Amino acid sequence: MTTLLIAEHNSSTLSSATLCALTAAQAIGNDIHVLVVGKNVESVADEAASLSGVAKVLCANADVYEYALAEPMGDLIVYLAANYSHIIAPSNSESKDFMPRVAALLDVGQMSDICAVLSADQFKRPIYAGNAIATVTALDAKKVITVRASSFDKNAQQNDQKCPVETIDFVAESVLSSWQSDDITESERPDLSSASRIVSGGRGVGSGENFALVEALADKLGAAVGASRAAVDAGFVSNDLQVGQTGKIVAPDLYMAFGISGAIQHLAGMKDSKVIVAVNKDEDAPIFQVADYGLVGDLFTIIPEMVGKL
Amino acid sequence: MKILVGVKRVIDYNVKVRVKADQSNVDLTNVKMAMNPFCEIAVEEAVRLKEAGVASEVIVMSVGTTQSQEQLRNALALGADRAIWVEAESDIEPLNVAKAFAAVVEKEQPGLVILGKQSIDSDNNQMGQMLAALTKRPQGTFASKLVIDGDKALVTREIDGGLRTVALTLPAIVTTDLRLNEPRYAKLPDIMKAKRKPLDTLSLADLGVTPKSHYRLDKVEAPSTRSAGIKVASVDELISKLKDEAKVI
Ligand SMILES: Cc1cc2nc3c(=O)[nH]c(=O)nc-3n(C[C@H](O)[C@H](O)[C@H](O)COP(=O)(O)OP(=O)(O)OC[C@H]3O[C@@H](n4cnc5c(N)ncnc54)[C@H](O)[C@@H]3O)c2cc1C
Ligand SMILES: Nc1ncnc2c1ncn2[C@@H]1O[C@H](COP(=O)(O)O)[C@@H](O)[C@H]1O
Repeated sequence: MTTLLIAEHNSSTLSSATLCALTAAQAIGNDIHVLVVGKNVESVADEAASLSGVAKVLCANADVYEYALAEPMGDLIVYLAANYSHIIAPSNSESKDFMPRVAALLDVGQMSDICAVLSADQFKRPIYAGNAIATVTALDAKKVITVRASSFDKNAQQNDQKCPVETIDFVAESVLSSWQSDDITESERPDLSSASRIVSGGRGVGSGENFALVEALADKLGAAVGASRAAVDAGFVSNDLQVGQTGKIVAPDLYMAFGISGAIQHLAGMKDSKVIVAVNKDEDAPIFQVADYGLVGDLFTIIPEMVGKL
Repeated sequence: MKILVGVKRVIDYNVKVRVKADQSNVDLTNVKMAMNPFCEIAVEEAVRLKEAGVASEVIVMSVGTTQSQEQLRNALALGADRAIWVEAESDIEPLNVAKAFAAVVEKEQPGLVILGKQSIDSDNNQMGQMLAALTKRPQGTFASKLVIDGDKALVTREIDGGLRTVALTLPAIVTTDLRLNEPRYAKLPDIMKAKRKPLDTLSLADLGVTPKSHYRLDKVEAPSTRSAGIKVASVDELISKLKDEAKVI
């Protein structure tokens, strides 16, 4: 029995979520092969080959994979699937796009967003915005699984000797959908999904200009910036900063929420953070029920004071 | 062009669900139910395309219990033309739902299928992608903008790094993200009118689908709760707690 782990990367390095998914793959207990797909990704394949616990790396390098479009990704993985009992990937906007295709084409179910591995076929996963945790057994012979990275530690151990890298020549055809353009948010700050500190702002921040306050505090702390849905919907910040049930799931050492009320959908994305700080002018805001340290007050005076004193 | 829209009955998004004492599942007795919010966005988008003259007919479809007809009536009140209810257990798995949709797609040949990106109960985020695979139609998931341009759909997708636009050759499958539109509310006269709109009933067998179980639900537990924290009185106290007690800065 062998597990195929589909790596997440930015064409130059593996993401930390991939290292978390590797931990989940090791808990399943099979041999592990890592699939690296993209354009010009040989260096990523090389990096994967030195990870401890990886028996083989498969590298599919072609123009058609550049933007990880779901159709060619799905076709490639289905082409490789015959040799594997488990196909797993860290949960992200790409894997959420192509993994259910893989499952449907193999006529099996998909287990979305597992947060614990109990055995090779039994897993835990959050449902109802994390207000319940289901224990589920996968009944298909082949298991298609996405992994909630924040629930697993990173396996960053290196092997002295690299495992073999096999080149996959299969080139999927992509005819019905095509990439047009990207509007990617450039930021010098740490990546929200893997940051150890996050400073988030909600509707209470009031405007895009005012978000400069949140950013100033984030920069003082070397933190990533996050946001609630309300802040994204109002156009204060871009969609990729949304934390929550239907945004990014994070679990940093420190999560600071300014002007966020604490709706269940927001809590779903951050309540596994180690230390939570909430600043809100409403002393009854639900966010205080999950905060380790709450401060009732106006964020417009509290943030500048914090920036000054740190 | 016909548009087929998926409408799922789920717990109301404002309700915090509780786990049953015997841990067999969550407790949905007397809990307020509603249309999945992402499906509301899907219905709204389809109705707008009809209002703009791009679509000729909006068909809404739900696979679920008798009560799912409430959500279909709601969608009809929001502007859909007719509804298809496929009778099934409330916890029917996404692949079985996708097979039922694939059978209806085969029959109705919609130019566009619009679904939500995610059910807020099971948090699966699977059905649209599965349907696209089964029907061999291109997919545009997590859409925050949809433009129909001749035989193409231009879909701007919310991705982890920002936004990505893809072009799909119609017919295609699109799943909605939160920023696609702001759904309208149904007006009373439209709710009355919706009662007279056609609602067909089908069984999974009518569609040639034999549901399969791909998972078994063994147990449902409440998540671990956080122990209550404290309120601090000042920024100074907060900073010292973070430094000396929590040791996170
Ligand atoms: C299908 C669906 C999916 C969703 N997914 C997500 C998700 O992934 N992530 C998410 O975040 N939400 C999500 N939501 C939305 C969620 O339900 C809430 O509406 C949202 O989280 C509210 O954002 P907020 O806390 O910023 O705004 P509000 O609830 O309006 O709260 C603003 C807070 O700011 C405080 N405040 C105002 N001014 C100040 C000030 N000067 N100083 C201090 N405090 C101040 C107020 O007291 C208030 O508590 C989703 C909703 C639905 C229906
Ligand atoms: N039983 C169902 N009936 C109708 N539509 C559904 C059903 N299940 C899922 N869908 C559609 O598929 C979307 C994604 O669902 P899921 O894959 O369950 O997260 C939902 O927002 C609906 O539009």
